[in-house]
Amino acid sequence: MSEPIAAGFSPGATDDVDEARSLSQDAWRSLRKSTMFWVSVGLIGVFVLMAIWPSLFTQTDPTFGDINNVRAKPNADAWFGTDTQGYDIFARTIYGARASIIVGLAASLTTLLLGGVIGVLAGFYGGWLDALFSRVTDIFYAIPLILGGILFMASFPNGANSNYFVVVGKVVLVLTVFGWTTIARLMRSSVLQVKPNEYVLAARALGASPWRIIKSHILPNALAPAIVVATINLGVFIVVEATLSFLGIGLTPPAISWGVAISDALVAVRTYPHILLFPSLFLSLAVLAFILLGDAVRDAFDPKSR
Amino acid sequence: MADVILKADDLVKHYPIKGGVLRTTVGHVKAVDGVSFELHRGETLGIVGESGCGKSTLGRVLMRLEEPTAGTVNFDGIDMFSQSGSAMRKLRRDIQIVFQDPYTSLNPRKTVGDIVAEPFEIHPDVVPKGGRKKAVQELLALVGLNPEHINRYPHQFSGGQRQRIGIARGIALRPKVLICDEPVSALDVSVQAQVINLMEKLQDELGLSYIFIAHDLSVVRHISDRVGVMYLGRMVELGTEEEIYQRPTHPYTQALLSAVPVPDPTMRGKREQIVLTGDVPSPANPPKGCRFHTRCFKAQERCSVDDPELMDRPDGVAAHRSACHYAEPRVIVETVDVSALAPDPRFATTDVVDHDAFSDDGGLLPADAASMAERSHASGESEGPMDRPHDITRVVDNDPSEKRDPTN
Repeated sequence: MSEPIAAGFSPGATDDVDEARSLSQDAWRSLRKSTMFWVSVGLIGVFVLMAIWPSLFTQTDPTFGDINNVRAKPNADAWFGTDTQGYDIFARTIYGARASIIVGLAASLTTLLLGGVIGVLAGFYGGWLDALFSRVTDIFYAIPLILGGILFMASFPNGANSNYFVVVGKVVLVLTVFGWTTIARLMRSSVLQVKPNEYVLAARALGASPWRIIKSHILPNALAPAIVVATINLGVFIVVEATLSFLGIGLTPPAISWGVAISDALVAVRTYPHILLFPSLFLSLAVLAFILLGDAVRDAFDPKSR
Repeated sequence: MADVILKADDLVKHYPIKGGVLRTTVGHVKAVDGVSFELHRGETLGIVGESGCGKSTLGRVLMRLEEPTAGTVNFDGIDMFSQSGSAMRKLRRDIQIVFQDPYTSLNPRKTVGDIVAEPFEIHPDVVPKGGRKKAVQELLALVGLNPEHINRYPHQFSGGQRQRIGIARGIALRPKVLICDEPVSALDVSVQAQVINLMEKLQDELGLSYIFIAHDLSVVRHISDRVGVMYLGRMVELGTEEEIYQRPTHPYTQALLSAVPVPDPTMRGKREQIVLTGDVPSPANPPKGCRFHTRCFKAQERCSVDDPELMDRPDGVAAHRSACHYAEPRVIVETVDVSALAPDPRFATTDVVDHDAFSDDGGLLPADAASMAERSHASGESEGPMDRPHDITRVVDNDPSEKRDPTN
């Protein structure tokens, strides 16, 4: 006689116990079904391998300029030809991946950290702290990334013998200083969305410390949008790095980078377009891969798109 | 019973309204405006009132989730609002809250085990680290959930089960007072009954005192020993369940009670329904004098000037606290509290029939005509299914249904 009600009382879920719901597992479940995700991961994997271990792809020394053999068309020896200095373009392009990948990853990570911390503090504590952080964010938001980069890099130019990591670090610093604002704003708004939830109130009622509430309740529920934007930003930062290098103020020779290569190729763009083509192609592919990844990650993290 | 565990004195919570270019304070929303009451050990105090009357704000102020604008709360001899830091943390063990919406009160990214264990992590000295998993499983069993579901996530449970998880979290630290902020409003009626029954069982077992905030008059009547009626941030009437439901003296309470649906066709058209005109005034600008005078059917000149105090006023039999100058009892609708009645076996119950309850007469279920007549009358309270004796621990979810068969 209690059967009809018993049905209403039985749990909604069947016995597939332990279906995980943590942030990463949640995203992973929907990501692994996406072809776009796998294409972008494949491309990014190749680029990351290039960055870590370029000698895997080419035996040619990218810093050896054969002045007898400049501006050669693609041939069996030099697959992508040689540039105006007689450098092997294929080797230069492979080695150039390192700068772009390091700058993209490092700048994304630092903006996520800086913007995330500022956004969480502003959103969680509110009041004067929020007012202060929000105004500072607005000020930095008003400075265009490229303009800020040009100003900064022009004020602190690279010396001829600057260490590779100092040169790259400077670009990362510029991108961080002028690029954290989007993440901070996004993080603040998603924290504001999560904060009034009753599970946060329940934790406060139990006497949880602010750090505990942020760590175990706010962050897992507010981080997704920031991760998505950070992934898309990866591509943007690679483009900005190339732009700054192209303008001669980002990475400077002897550092090898796609932006530097594009800049050098301009001298002969009408007569020897292949010198420009290959670094540009790689740059576009890398940016495309990261933006595709960002799209896939957004679809995975955004519950509304399901 | 006479032992007071929590005493609120003239609690006030005003929210500032910011306006203008300079964001200056242009007024206050008077969400709670001078509420005083006391809660005895082991009793249930129901708080009723329509939306926006300050019930939930009152609950949050009592939990100190919001700092009050004025007033004091004395909890077991300690002034709650003067405590700070570790003393307040310690105090929080003794007063806990269960929220309204079971869908937002559990963190979707945590397992049930993590959610229920969180109180132990915040107060690590309550249960030693090694015993926490066991303590969590005991709690889950206590609220009628399968202890093996400790690794499940909240989305894998139904609304009623989620509310049980919320209750398990609330009672984990063995509090003395549990504030229930509309704990069943978001649930189906059949599930409401189960959760209410669970709460009554826990009260008996753990000696809890409840402050039960709700807008459902029948549910409040069922669970409460005493009832407070709120209107526009004020307590307008406070008395025992019987005093409020059978001899209400405040016109607002009378109007509220007359709106309770009576599912008895023979009563149709025979009772008087008080229909209030107008809307609830804005809590930012409440009326002068008695707050209810703008809508009251008994309002006189005096009501718009003189603010009536919440004090003992005669109700025909004795006296209970009411905030009306012209307080007088008025029979709204004949209702009988069916809590003590035996169930009618001819109706399918929503719950398990507990045969132990009838062991006195050899397992025979009472079905004489007299109790039938009484019960059809009693159904005017619209809470039939809740009154069945039951045994909640038996209705652990996922239990094979044969276990629930009363013939076993």
